Amino acid sequence: MLIPCPVCGLRDSGEFTTGGDASIVRPAFDDGDEAAWAAAVYDRSNPLGAHEEYWHHVHGCRHWLIVARDTQTHAVFGARLAGAWAGYQSGAPSDKPGPD
Amino acid sequence: MGDYSLWSVVKNGLTGNKSWKPAWRKAAPKPSYDVIIVGGGGHGLATAYYLAREHGITNVAVVERGLIGQGSVGRNTTIVRSNYLLPENSRFYEWSLKLWEGLSQELNYNVMFSQRGVLNLAHTPSQLDQYAQRGNAMRLGGIDAELLAREDIARLCPGIDLSPNARFPIEGGLFQPRAGTARHDAVAWGLAYAADRMGVDIIETCEVTGFIRDGSAITGVETSRGEIRAPKVGVAVAGMTSEVMRKAGVERLPIESHILQAFVSEPVKPLIDTVVTFGAGHMYVSQSDKGGLVFGGNLDYYNSYAQRGNLPIVQEVASELLAVFPNLGRLKLLRSWGGVMDMSMDGSPIITTGPLPGLFLNCGWCYGGFKATPGSGWCFAWTIAHDEPHARNAAFTLDRFHAGTVIDEKGAGAAPRLH
Amino acid sequence: MAGYRLAGGGGRVDRSKVLRFRFDGETITGFAGDTIASALLASGRLMVARSFKYHRPRGVFSAGSEEPNALVTIGEAARTTPNVQTTMAEASEGLVVRSQNAWPSLNNDFGALTGLLSPFLAAGFYYKTFIGPFRGAWMLYEPIIRRAAGMGAATREPDPDRYEHAHGFCDVLVVGGGPAGLAAALAAGRSGARVILVDENAEFGGASVLDTATIDGSDTAGWVRSAVAELAVLQNVRLLRRTAVYGYYDGNVLAGTERLPAGDAAAPRERHWRFQARQVILATGAMERPIVFAGNDTPGVMLLGAALAYVRHYGVAAGRAVTVFANNDAAWHQAAALAETGITIKAIIDPRDAGPEDSAKTLRAAGTVFYTGHVVTAAEGGKAVSGVVIAQFDSTAGNVSGGATTIDSDSLLVSGGWTPNVNLASQAGEPPVFDSGTGAFIPGTPREAWAAAGAMTGKLALQSAIESGFEVGVETVKSLGFNALPTTFTVENPNQEVGFLPLYEIPSNGPGKAFVDMQHDVKASDVRLARREGFSAPEHLKRYTTLGMAADQGRTSNVNALAIMAAEEGRPIAEVGTTRFRPPYSPVTFGAIVGRATGKHFQPVRRTPMHDWHEKAGADMINVGQWQRPRVYRRPGESVEDAYIREARAVRNSVGITDVSTLGKIDVQGPDAATFLDRVYTNTFSTLPVGKARYGLMLRDDGFLYDDGTTWRLTETRYLMTTTTGNAAGVMALLEFGLAVDWPDLKVALTSLTEQWAGVAIAGPQARALLTKVITDIDFSDKALPFMGVRTGRLGDVDVLVSRLSFSGELAYEVYCGADFGLVLWTTLLEAGEEFDCTPYGLEALGTLRIEKGHVIHDEMDGRTGVHDLGLEKMFSKKKDFVGKPMALRAALTDPGRKRLVGLKSLDGKPIRAGAQLVTGSDPNLPGGSQGQVTSMGYSPAVEAYIALALLERGPERHGETLYAADPVRGLHGPVKVCAPCFYDPDGSRMHG
Repeated sequence: MLIPCPVCGLRDSGEFTTGGDASIVRPAFDDGDEAAWAAAVYDRSNPLGAHEEYWHHVHGCRHWLIVARDTQTHAVFGARLAGAWAGYQSGAPSDKPGPD
Repeated sequence: MGDYSLWSVVKNGLTGNKSWKPAWRKAAPKPSYDVIIVGGGGHGLATAYYLAREHGITNVAVVERGLIGQGSVGRNTTIVRSNYLLPENSRFYEWSLKLWEGLSQELNYNVMFSQRGVLNLAHTPSQLDQYAQRGNAMRLGGIDAELLAREDIARLCPGIDLSPNARFPIEGGLFQPRAGTARHDAVAWGLAYAADRMGVDIIETCEVTGFIRDGSAITGVETSRGEIRAPKVGVAVAGMTSEVMRKAGVERLPIESHILQAFVSEPVKPLIDTVVTFGAGHMYVSQSDKGGLVFGGNLDYYNSYAQRGNLPIVQEVASELLAVFPNLGRLKLLRSWGGVMDMSMDGSPIITTGPLPGLFLNCGWCYGGFKATPGSGWCFAWTIAHDEPHARNAAFTLDRFHAGTVIDEKGAGAAPRLH
Repeated sequence: MAGYRLAGGGGRVDRSKVLRFRFDGETITGFAGDTIASALLASGRLMVARSFKYHRPRGVFSAGSEEPNALVTIGEAARTTPNVQTTMAEASEGLVVRSQNAWPSLNNDFGALTGLLSPFLAAGFYYKTFIGPFRGAWMLYEPIIRRAAGMGAATREPDPDRYEHAHGFCDVLVVGGGPAGLAAALAAGRSGARVILVDENAEFGGASVLDTATIDGSDTAGWVRSAVAELAVLQNVRLLRRTAVYGYYDGNVLAGTERLPAGDAAAPRERHWRFQARQVILATGAMERPIVFAGNDTPGVMLLGAALAYVRHYGVAAGRAVTVFANNDAAWHQAAALAETGITIKAIIDPRDAGPEDSAKTLRAAGTVFYTGHVVTAAEGGKAVSGVVIAQFDSTAGNVSGGATTIDSDSLLVSGGWTPNVNLASQAGEPPVFDSGTGAFIPGTPREAWAAAGAMTGKLALQSAIESGFEVGVETVKSLGFNALPTTFTVENPNQEVGFLPLYEIPSNGPGKAFVDMQHDVKASDVRLARREGFSAPEHLKRYTTLGMAADQGRTSNVNALAIMAAEEGRPIAEVGTTRFRPPYSPVTFGAIVGRATGKHFQPVRRTPMHDWHEKAGADMINVGQWQRPRVYRRPGESVEDAYIREARAVRNSVGITDVSTLGKIDVQGPDAATFLDRVYTNTFSTLPVGKARYGLMLRDDGFLYDDGTTWRLTETRYLMTTTTGNAAGVMALLEFGLAVDWPDLKVALTSLTEQWAGVAIAGPQARALLTKVITDIDFSDKALPFMGVRTGRLGDVDVLVSRLSFSGELAYEVYCGADFGLVLWTTLLEAGEEFDCTPYGLEALGTLRIEKGHVIHDEMDGRTGVHDLGLEKMFSKKKDFVGKPMALRAALTDPGRKRLVGLKSLDGKPIRAGAQLVTGSDPNLPGGSQGQVTSMGYSPAVEAYIALALLERGPERHGETLYAADPVRGLHGPVKVCAPCFYDPDGSRMHG
């Protein structure tokens, strides 16, 4: 499986670790609502089909990515950077695999 | 009970094997039952079997969207053990192991339960101490466990790398002699065969498309073969739990579906006589009766329903196999496949009443589903029959996650891919 | 004696290079280029193997990777390799080849007696037997069954050979180098696209060798040569022979293994390829399909195309009195081609009314007798074909009619049509679909970026295969933006007819066994039995009979089995469907999958900068994850325990140093660094003054303890965080997640410095005196550098960072410097410390010192414990919010009944082992239930007793109780006294001094 890292280009999934469902609404750190936290920590929609999820490019640029992927076909629809870098678009991420 | 015996095999053999009957009827759904079990995997079939056998509830339908035995019950690495640390787990899995010990005779179907032992390798003194902790907990709970020294391991596993040159030299191991392997397909077929003979309807190619409700209560299922009603509906669909429960209006559960790959080598003459697990990583291997080395390791780590995995894990798991048995370098991988695991958020299962009236839920099996098959069926049947859990599964609730009474055998926290 | 070497011919063998190898002790002579199978055939050997279940005599059945029968063990000792397909393995000088699954010999195999019991050993018999007479009886039967099963025997010695990994990146990967694959590679290669063409065989050309056509004026072999020559000079094309692509993974990642020719000691044995292609062209061809009839596994029965391949490639004839059984025109052409090489085709048997006239003419002229409207009902002979029984066949009714005739024959060549190789296409696509033209399955819709060409799509005729290959090649590169020029191929083929009558099985009522899957000994009757017992779906059929699950992956058996099942069910084959194909397409050597990651190189070794010194000092090095750390520095005669007690005593009495370079070190910088740390730690870091360190605790989201360590404030906006060795990477990832996902507004940058900094802890009453000697620009007085103070300074020429921290409870410091200077730091301290008898100490002493102080590590923070469990409530800020706080405050986590940290003292003078369980029963046989467990232990030189830390139910309420440390797996059971977890200097006067 290949993940289109917005920084590094198309890379093998083995360079990444995953961080699970990115659609979960995580309460703010100062939100003391136990139930809201419990829901975020433990409860998963776990859909068959389209899934937005965190991937961490640990053996690459170390950015956390939000990857849109299909859990049944493994088709990867795209990836964007999470957080402060969310708007970042690389020059033109080549879909060419690997170095020329 | 049962038709199968050496005598029947000889008698039929002499007459051209023409008189054998289907192992179970291809039942068509009736309009209603006392209990419907959704999912014709090992756990669903075992539940139906024990409902009939232990509780006399025989008006039971098992509805399966595909064929019996095509899911995880026929896609695992066939290990059966009860070498758990936490009492909630070891109590349950030991009960399951006890049921395994009588299963072939009880079912009149040879599930080839082979008590060849499971050896967990330890690679540092402190890891051996951790194994001792688990072994001691088992022993105090009445479960067999032995701590093995390197010499014992050499005797038990010829070909294993006991040299100090190994990247992670072997320090010792924890051994459970009563643990072992079973023939996975036979478990599914044997349970179907035995349940069928007690009157259970096993309905294949019957996909649940919805649940019938009376107010908040579940009173049946809508299927691709029509509506089927019952006052009690048990769901035991493993990797498909989230999708099936969504049809009942339950949108979120402490479950993620992940891929676990499994591998088999070409068949060779007896080479590895016990089940061996690698402690400086995650790999387990045993040799099937047919001669293939059956092994597996970590999940593929990403959420998936695909029953297939990718290359990085193939390479990781194979390297762990050779780290333990460097003599296998010239053997060949013959087959690989993936199973969809219902990974719970603490690594332990859920066998419970609810979460809706009339509904019962059995899921969260992670890697452990196969060995749990009879125990899970027994406990789920009890729970369905009595409308409350048995002491053996009382801890496997759905609300333990929010409450914080998690049963976290690995101490990995709410990260299902790490359990 | 059936096969023999022809006087001439054989494009792959070099007759000038004779080689010899041994088969079961007998010397076999062959030529360079021979496979083991071709050399054995040439030598006249018919029986080369025994089958899996019934130990039937078996010979060479095919000429390729579909071979179900002729499996052998090659090599000796550590190089013993079982289950090798003789049709794929090249013969080499001196090779030792042995038959397998036969005892005492191939010719007289005791196991063949199982054939007599075969009525009782039908599919699934073992599920119905071996159940009794008592529970667990299976354990008596199993060893016997295991010994009978298996195929070859594996070695118990480590594999001495080397394997490599290679990566192939390309625009177009062409899998299969037959006519279609070559044409596709030409089209793509000429466009300038980066192309990789792979083929599993030693040479390209595929089945083109079976055609008597000309392409652009050359014969097929000539055309293949020139196509390969053209590709070979293109810089953008890579040709890989002997490379089997076995897996088609997500994202157009494919995996294959390349077998390297024997004899080059410098080369690896095999090379594993990971291909990453923008587009893939699958041109995996088709395999000739056998027909199921009684005795169809007898040595001497062979696929017709294989017999022609042996002639063309190796100059080997399959027999002297050959009969052909076929249901298609291509087979007649091949038979004619065989006849033209001088091989006697006695008879051709075809259920149809007639064969194609052109080839019929050739055969008639060669004296071949035609039995059209006939089928073979049985092959006679046990260890070698002696005769072929034929009978009239009613093709409309599909059954045998009329009496049988026997034709004397030593070789029966069979062709039941062709089965497209859909395996890879199925791995990366929708299920294969039935194609009536071939009577088999062709690829379904792609899920990945691939296109199929040639025979695998049902285009069996040479011209259409080549054309489809080129066309797909052109379209593929065009889709990638390359310019491709069209071209035409002029294929002149005298044999254009492609007539075919689907025929899969000749039903038999005789006693002979008719095999569907020869490698697993699955008979046609087993398929019928499976149906009778309800296992009629393809997936059930496969699992119940083990059909198609052998090393040949059911190449020759799947379609026939499905056809038999379909006929039984009275349904079309298309409706029955096929099973799903999974990797690997061909068996893959584990060594190749793993590459260099074996032995010592299984995983990287992480060494600290002082590693070599530790080793030279004789330290017992121990793995801590991937790191290696000194456990103890044993002196001659010392046990591990003697050594760590001496080391710990040295720390308490004078001074010791230990290497702490493996601790995780993370540089946290930015205007919001303080705010960030306040959120990730349970305690406050924003109030920490510059130049001070603080011990911090980190929780997981779920409120349980995750990690601990000291974090040092270096400037207003910069901290150095330390983590435990084991969690260094995990904490880094967690912090990065926090910044990326939870708090993108915080301006903080993180850098891992774990490997950039070396660290040494200096502990003991003389620590200050020692450091004063070596770091002269820091005032080490208590006032100038108080407990938890942080200073920068210089040790000689080396910049150092010093913090006054104590894990041991003594006056202690940690000193960090650039990793390159770690050894200088270490040796300088030791040399300067000689006057104080400065002692290096390892993990064991570190452990016992911290246990004396009641400090917890991962033994206690095992992922199941919380702040409350370990008595760390003081670290849990009530004033601020942080990760995990709401979850940590759940009632279940603060329940006083939980297991909580206590100290233990041994009451019998014996060690309390970590892993022991705490019970109330003094009698090891009546221990009672577990109430807790020992998490870590050591001998305390300070207390002069064995002490331990433990987690005990309601622990803090139970100080003073006597319990027993039950350790049945190690045969120990001893009394212990529960006490507070801090055993030494509880008011901390020593470390504050």
